Amino acid sequence: MQNDKRFWLDDPRNVTKLFRGLWAIGAGLVLAELFVHRHEELAFAGWFAFYAVFGFVACVALVLAAKEILRRLVKRPEDYYER
Amino acid sequence: MSADVPIALLPVLGAALVPLVRGRLRVVLLLALPAATFVWLLLLPEGEFGQFELLGQTLTLMRVDRLSLLFGYVFVLALFLTAIYALHVEDTTQHVAALVYGGAALGAVFAGDLLTLFVWWELTAVSSVLLIWARRTERAYGAGMRYVVIQLGSGMLLLAGAALHVTAGGSLAFGHIGLESAGGALMLAAIGIKCAFPLLHNWLQDAYPEATETGTVVLSAFTTKLGIYALARGFPGTEMLIWIGAAMTAFPIFYAVIENDLRRVLAYSVNNQLGFMVVGIGLGTEMAVNGAVAHAFADILFKMLLFMSMGAVLLRTGTVNGTDLGGLYKSMPWTTGFCIVGAASISAFPLFSGFVTKSMVMSAAASEGYVFTWLVLLFASAGVFHHAGIKIPYFAFFAHDSGIRCREAPPHMLIAMALTAALCVGIGSFPAALYALLPYPVTYVPYTASHVLDQLQLLVFSALAFSVLMRTGIYPPEMRSVNLDFDWIYRGLGCDLVRTMAGIVSAWLVAGGEMARLFAGRSLTALRRHHGPESALARTWPTGSMALWVMILLLAYLLFYYL
Repeated sequence: MQNDKRFWLDDPRNVTKLFRGLWAIGAGLVLAELFVHRHEELAFAGWFAFYAVFGFVACVALVLAAKEILRRLVKRPEDYYER
Repeated sequence: MSADVPIALLPVLGAALVPLVRGRLRVVLLLALPAATFVWLLLLPEGEFGQFELLGQTLTLMRVDRLSLLFGYVFVLALFLTAIYALHVEDTTQHVAALVYGGAALGAVFAGDLLTLFVWWELTAVSSVLLIWARRTERAYGAGMRYVVIQLGSGMLLLAGAALHVTAGGSLAFGHIGLESAGGALMLAAIGIKCAFPLLHNWLQDAYPEATETGTVVLSAFTTKLGIYALARGFPGTEMLIWIGAAMTAFPIFYAVIENDLRRVLAYSVNNQLGFMVVGIGLGTEMAVNGAVAHAFADILFKMLLFMSMGAVLLRTGTVNGTDLGGLYKSMPWTTGFCIVGAASISAFPLFSGFVTKSMVMSAAASEGYVFTWLVLLFASAGVFHHAGIKIPYFAFFAHDSGIRCREAPPHMLIAMALTAALCVGIGSFPAALYALLPYPVTYVPYTASHVLDQLQLLVFSALAFSVLMRTGIYPPEMRSVNLDFDWIYRGLGCDLVRTMAGIVSAWLVAGGEMARLFAGRSLTALRRHHGPESALARTWPTGSMALWVMILLLAYLLFYYL
């Protein structure tokens, strides 16, 4: 149908542009903390860039734990229950 | 319209008309039934109706208050949206099952006593399994069987709990139950199965991905949220629920990361979102319960939207495995867009529904001083964005181009998705409308600069983590596999045990039979030898020989006498 049509995302350079753009947005959000008055119910949540660091570390930890620990323990062939 | 008649009867009895009509008329009927139910709902006055005495207890068929109305609205909305989504389905069973199932869930929400609740509770189980079996595959049959056994078991626990509760002097009325009595504990277990508490959760991941493409959407709306409603009614402020809920938010996301079937990934995220609601109910403050039920409302919509987009992919490509998909945004741009709206809503992006509901629970946890719980919830918030917000759209519609070129989803599916997406954005952008429906007055303000910034930081850096892991190749590739979960206890170990036991018992039976045969054979041979037609005892003897023997005996007697 539209097999030969090239899409903007098909070019890896554009994906890299998006990736860099995301870093720029992230940096902007961290810097925005300097200008926003923050009111947190929990004191430690008010630390500088707490949510940014937490989000990044939590996701890396999540993926590594799922990949290196859980998958090793529980992965079975697709027809495991049908045999 | 009289409020004494259960509103659920309209969709449940109306479903009986569906097999009688075809074509356009059926379309009209399928859309008119939920629409008429919605109008009935709007006309309902608050209060308790349809009461009568049975065995010294008062049954209340219709209890209309803010909590039941809130769930009533969203259930009818779900029934309407899924009806549009499933208009192409020829299979009459599925339409009837969906109407009866949604109607039964509505009946349960308005039930004012435990017996009425039980009846509707069981009807949801029986009707919903038809949506799984309608897939008509061997796997779906097995999964449906396990599902219905567990669901009916939940009903039995509920009934047993209610009976204990009443004999212990409690009332049959369905109000606050609590854990003071043994009956209360049994009822919590029954509700826990519906809410998919950890270790009671496997029916969800087992059965939902095996249903038809439209069936899963219907399933995702009712059963678990009915559980949340019952929990909010019977057990608010039960502290145990805070820990249970926190565990529910966290553990499924690990499974979701390594799962290949994208509808099963969503099933794990159902569990994760239910966890937030369970925590809110466990906290039990007005804000927390408000947050829990508001999140249930929002969750029904965005979860349906996500399952709708995956259903459309399944319909067009025949698969929802991450390994087989990718690049579908080229063929299904609208579905991609709606999926992203659902993903943004479940991830609680500002302006999308999850942002204004989930944060009420988190804020309540923080203000009640549950710091550890709050940290778990924050981890789960990042995790849900990771697996439902990014993984679902990414592996289905982007990632590497699978080469699949298919048609866009049919128009009625797109309309259903568009309406659901509009509701997700509407709730997120104008939360006051939803807040006005909540059981308690709302003072919470979701849109503060601080909250928006916090949430955006969390989400953008979660997305960055995903991108970094993807680009460095650390992210685990999708693999064709079954990941063992707690259901291995009954599907693996239990099955093996039963098979082994059956083997041993049948070996015993065979050996016993063999021995019996040998023994019987030998005794028969012996009997035959002595008593058979040819045997000595059955022979006919001549009279002469008897006279001879008598003479010999007499001679012997004479001889001994003289000796």
